[in-house]
Amino acid sequence: MSAVTSAHDAHDDHGPKKGIMRWLTATNHKDIGTMYLVFALVMFFVGGAMALVIRAELFEPGLQFVNPQFFNSMTTMHALLMVFGFMMPAFAGFANWMIPMMIGAPDMALPRMNNMSFWLLVAGGVLLSSTLFMEGGAPAAGWTLYPPLVLQTGDSLPFAIFSVHLLGVSSIMAAINIVATIFNMRAPGMGLMKMPMFVWTWLITGFLLIAVMPVFAGAVTMLLTDRFFETSFFDAAGGGDPVLYQHIFWFFGHPEVYILILPTFGLASTIIPVFARKPLFGYHSMVYATVGIAFLSFIVWAHHMFTVGMPIAGNLFFMYSTMLVAVPTGVKVFNWIATMWKGAMTFEAPMLFTVAFVVLFTIGGFTGVMMAIAPLDAQYHDTYFIVAHFHYVLVPGAVFMIMAATYYWLPKWTGHRYDEKLAKIHFWLSVISVNVLFFPQHFLGLAGMPRRIPDYAVQFADFNMISSVGGFLFGFSQLIFLYIIITTIRGGKKATGEVWEGAKKHGLEWTLPSPAPYHTFVKPPKIK
Amino acid sequence: MSSKDGYYLPHRATWPWIGTAGLAIMLAGFANVLNNSVIGKPMMIIGFATVIIMMVGWFTLQSIESESGMYNPQVSISYRLGMMWFIFSEVMFFAVFFSALYYVRDLSVDWLAGVGDGPGRSTNMLWEGYQSTWPTNGPGNVGGDYEPMSAFGLPLLNTLILLSSGVTVTWAHWGLIIKDRQQLIRGLIATVLLGFLFVFFQGIEYHDAYTEMGLTLGSGVYGSTFFMLTGFHGLHVTIGAIMLTVVLFRSWKGHFTPDNHFVFEAAAWYWHFVDVVWLGLFIFVYLF
Repeated sequence: MSAVTSAHDAHDDHGPKKGIMRWLTATNHKDIGTMYLVFALVMFFVGGAMALVIRAELFEPGLQFVNPQFFNSMTTMHALLMVFGFMMPAFAGFANWMIPMMIGAPDMALPRMNNMSFWLLVAGGVLLSSTLFMEGGAPAAGWTLYPPLVLQTGDSLPFAIFSVHLLGVSSIMAAINIVATIFNMRAPGMGLMKMPMFVWTWLITGFLLIAVMPVFAGAVTMLLTDRFFETSFFDAAGGGDPVLYQHIFWFFGHPEVYILILPTFGLASTIIPVFARKPLFGYHSMVYATVGIAFLSFIVWAHHMFTVGMPIAGNLFFMYSTMLVAVPTGVKVFNWIATMWKGAMTFEAPMLFTVAFVVLFTIGGFTGVMMAIAPLDAQYHDTYFIVAHFHYVLVPGAVFMIMAATYYWLPKWTGHRYDEKLAKIHFWLSVISVNVLFFPQHFLGLAGMPRRIPDYAVQFADFNMISSVGGFLFGFSQLIFLYIIITTIRGGKKATGEVWEGAKKHGLEWTLPSPAPYHTFVKPPKIK
Repeated sequence: MSSKDGYYLPHRATWPWIGTAGLAIMLAGFANVLNNSVIGKPMMIIGFATVIIMMVGWFTLQSIESESGMYNPQVSISYRLGMMWFIFSEVMFFAVFFSALYYVRDLSVDWLAGVGDGPGRSTNMLWEGYQSTWPTNGPGNVGGDYEPMSAFGLPLLNTLILLSSGVTVTWAHWGLIIKDRQQLIRGLIATVLLGFLFVFFQGIEYHDAYTEMGLTLGSGVYGSTFFMLTGFHGLHVTIGAIMLTVVLFRSWKGHFTPDNHFVFEAAAWYWHFVDVVWLGLFIFVYLF
């Protein structure tokens, strides 16, 4: 770590450029972070609108609003846009904004590649979204794109595949940048075991991304060649196997969900100590647990495939390995609670969302253990029980932490305090409606309602209606979130540098002014 | 704020967004070509040209920055980490296709023939009497009769070519370190020639496969795995050989010193990676 100061070209000292070129040619981690977050916010509402189309159609039995093909496109695109257009970019935005400040670095290791990561994301998102307007419609085979069904997709198939390639390259570049930054740019004195947990979780998430995004690329490339170049990867007549795709996809797909949840965990480990006014309980075990979860995430993939007819030895192996993941995850939940124990707690919006996360994510985790038991999964697979599980871990899980972190850091980014009263209203409406939306889906699944259907048997009507009411309430409550973000950017009570009481002890970013200056830690700080 | 010893932070990034636009247009063009839309080909050409221009522009910019001494040792570490992790991601990409080969060859083809307690016992209803062998183009004899590619012949020659090129690039590297310019240049020329020779022979092999052996991408799962694995590999050899050509050109211009030659090392690492993948291919695709 031989950097004494950071160097710029000579004509830098008059601040950022004006106009569109500032953003097209951005290399500043704060600018790029902002772009990721704005993009993510837009995609949140686009993906959310698609969810409301789904819930509107499912409000009552029968087909009222859309045809089945379009409904399937909505479920497919809702998932793709939420995962790749909202959640991953949101976490990338947090990583870009906060990692350099948290480690006392002037910027990311490779700022130009950072720029390319962001614009590749936009290119991929545009290419994917444009499929909605193509002949044959957007892909409608589910976000998992299983063959042979996906090979029946119309003109949009190659566009969807290439958008996956672009998004993949974007993520791999971003991950390489983050890993290089964390290894190479830490201020002198910040050893690995002194780094904030958010940095640790992003370091490990970076490894996961580099390892598995190429696998997704390989899988969709085989789809492309099976459709257009007469290969037989997934065609039994040629000696192939559709189940091969599932193995390859889920070898990517399972680490992918850990890519979504590890930064979430890092955010929880960031916020709880500040609002409990206590250091994080068990920092070392948190690091080891994160490494353990990441390692295990590579050997559980076929728990998504318990019903495809794998030899029983396979089902058993994946059942055991999957159940094992509950152990390090449980360590984390315990440590968060232990951090709160005998803490001096206050419940501003970031903490409200985080406490809700700990409880509701754990519920999602419990259903996960239920599904891990292979013979029981035979009942749950492809039902709404699965839908309920993953929405619990993703929505009151990852999304709540994205909201918590937004409230936590908005004052640092904008220099203004957000309206706490409105934020609390946003929280209460969200936490109640999210449970109204997703809890009944457990019952629907156990009662036998399949996934990915636009119409259903009449006995599922009541819980579907309740779920849809929750969905619309949740969706419209997010407009409050949007309002708060926009008004906080434009003005509000001035924020101090520390913002949250005692925060300086918990992260380097709170030693900086709010809003954070365009260039920070040009000279690295001394870490004790 | 400028300090020559500080970590160089570029002020603006012009090439990345241009390259992104080019890549997007190229891929959208390819998608249009696949959908038989006439706009596809021009889009692909424009997009591809843009990507090439971006690569030349961006790498030239970095080479100028490096030669002006703007990169301190910490920057060099960032580039090294970047290249290493990039190569790791490429290893994972190849691993997918090797895994597919392993799965079909050792698991699913057997199941299709009814071997073991796997799911394929119903195959005999559709294709009676299918025996599991390797190579195979499936119970449906997809693509018709074909001849499998023997390891002895061009593939063996190509193995020797690539292994030798690994030696020549290392020899060139030593030449750079001991400041023997002739050794450096000759070693690089030999490596580049061997690399392009490999691609040439691979092309002949493909030509023979398509025209004389009946072996195509459509030859069932054997053809699929054969061409996808060797095809992506050949593409990477081509990219590596181009990188080495650039390194040769820069070496000729005297850009590298014994203490400062990251791009040379990056290209050499990439070349060794391509070599190791070939060894895997030779064993698992050609030999067994």
